[in-house]
Amino acid sequence: MAKVKPRVKVPKKASVGDVVTIKTLISHKMETGLRKDKETGELIPRDIISAFEAKFNGATVFSMNLHAGISANPFVSFPMKVTEAGEFEFIWNADGEKTYSKKAKLKVA
Amino acid sequence: MTEKLQLVVSNRRHFILGATAAATLLSLPKLGFAEDNGWKAAMEGLVGSSEADANRVSIELPEIAENGNTVPFSVAVESPMTDEDHVKAVHVFATGNPRPDIGSFMFTPANGVADASSRMRLGRTQDIVAVAEMSNGQVFMATQTVKVTIGGCGG
Repeated sequence: MAKVKPRVKVPKKASVGDVVTIKTLISHKMETGLRKDKETGELIPRDIISAFEAKFNGATVFSMNLHAGISANPFVSFPMKVTEAGEFEFIWNADGEKTYSKKAKLKVA
Repeated sequence: MTEKLQLVVSNRRHFILGATAAATLLSLPKLGFAEDNGWKAAMEGLVGSSEADANRVSIELPEIAENGNTVPFSVAVESPMTDEDHVKAVHVFATGNPRPDIGSFMFTPANGVADASSRMRLGRTQDIVAVAEMSNGQVFMATQTVKVTIGGCGG
């Protein structure tokens, strides 16, 4: 499988009290487990990102459960009310106990 | 003689069965959905009921999705998002996909507002259901129809 590459977009700077939008994208085929191999006729096993979690300064601020009904290369965006500067950690869990993560800093102006 | 009697009885039974079936069919459109791919059971499993007030939650989708492989959508819920009163989760179901579950967004008061987006796969034209679970246990739902030109469920 192609290399899984997580990408996140966090505003470089924000003011306290602002609600900013955090955008995340991870390259993943999100194989549903419903498709058949065209040559062998066998079902292709499911391989999806099933959970996403966003932490800010160590505390979970947003999470999502993903099912096979989410498109390939899952995009997730969510809001965040800025209270202090800090660091985000984004964690994606895939089938087969694979985990991908990425960090991003948020500065307060 | 007994044979004839049995025939009458069996006919009556058939009639009752037929009448019940017809009544069930007639009552279906009242629910608003002519189909159920298991989304009601999925919703019941997550929030305990398959019915909720259509209020406070909204789901945004394109009216016509040309490509069912990736249909952008966003959900939003009116809420002050305080520790006492916030949105715990929004679950999204597709009523016409092979599997009803799309995803669940779990919010915290740190989000400030309850508004999130993602992209879903849709096999065909259908209704999408968003169910919001509030911190005080209240449940709200919204539905939106989306027309799909090319289905995106592979195969």
